[in-house]
Amino acid sequence: MEAEAAKMIGAGIACVGMAGAAMGVGNIFGNFLSGALRNPSAAQSQFGNLIFGFAVTEALGIFSFLVALLLLFAV
Amino acid sequence: MADPNKVDPIHQFAITDIFSIGGEGAGFNIAFTNSALFMVITVLAISAFLILSTGGRGLVPGRLQLLSEMLYEFVANMVRSSAGSEGMKFFPFVFSLFMFVLVANLLGMVPYFFTITSHIIVTFALAMLVITVVLVYGFMKNGLGFLKLFVPAGVPGYVLPIVIPIEIVSFLSRPISLSVRLFANMLAGHITLKVFAGFIVTLSSFGFVGWLGAILPFSMTVALTALEFLVSALQAYVFAVLTSMYLNDAIHPSH
Repeated sequence: MEAEAAKMIGAGIACVGMAGAAMGVGNIFGNFLSGALRNPSAAQSQFGNLIFGFAVTEALGIFSFLVALLLLFAV
Repeated sequence: MADPNKVDPIHQFAITDIFSIGGEGAGFNIAFTNSALFMVITVLAISAFLILSTGGRGLVPGRLQLLSEMLYEFVANMVRSSAGSEGMKFFPFVFSLFMFVLVANLLGMVPYFFTITSHIIVTFALAMLVITVVLVYGFMKNGLGFLKLFVPAGVPGYVLPIVIPIEIVSFLSRPISLSVRLFANMLAGHITLKVFAGFIVTLSSFGFVGWLGAILPFSMTVALTALEFLVSALQAYVFAVLTSMYLNDAIHPSH
């Protein structure tokens, strides 16, 4: 198999990693919503933690996107 | 890859010399690149904004001073809640990092401007700066007691030989994750923007029907630009929050 074809296939496989990140992000927001519906007055104070948790979880999905981009453009 | 008839989302990240000292025959090349130029522009923009807006020193702040005070309080509250009141001695450091990353990311959103944080070496330098400060201050303040960071509280003794290497590896992965998070977010965002923008051009080349179809990638590009503004600010915030948390580990090294 040529290196170019293998890189494209590898880039496609690398994108599967974003599924885990998507589940993680949904988990964070879902738990925040269920907690906010139980205790609405405390919800606003946890907004910073929500955004922070979202960003660090999304980072893992971006890492997998980065591997795909590296395979396509940089290797 | 640089075929002029194809859409190339990568050449936006190319580093070009503006002027250089030395060069080919001289054996060294000290170059002032477009990356360095935008770092200078970032610092000048931040300094000009902060100095000019707070120069009036009104007791009741006007609009610009209000904005500066809001930024100051935002970062101060973040540092105080993550690192405690002892952590406030690192406030200038965290504020500088936050403002630099924020303005650098936002400047990159302007068309034809260069995004300095889209290069791993820049974000790695910032992350290594943070980890070096954490390590040096941690050992200076706590001596060898800083290594208590790797022994979480309440762990039974027979599990420690497994937990301690895991904790060490997770600590060593901090500069990597800190730098790659910012770098990958900026790189991926800008490449996606250029790819969708390229779709508009490619579709429009098909005549009138193509123009109608090009409305779809156009609306996607608009939505992505809004998302990129959000991600720029968010990544600056996350970088600063993680820095404060790592400094908290250096100041109070027990879990």
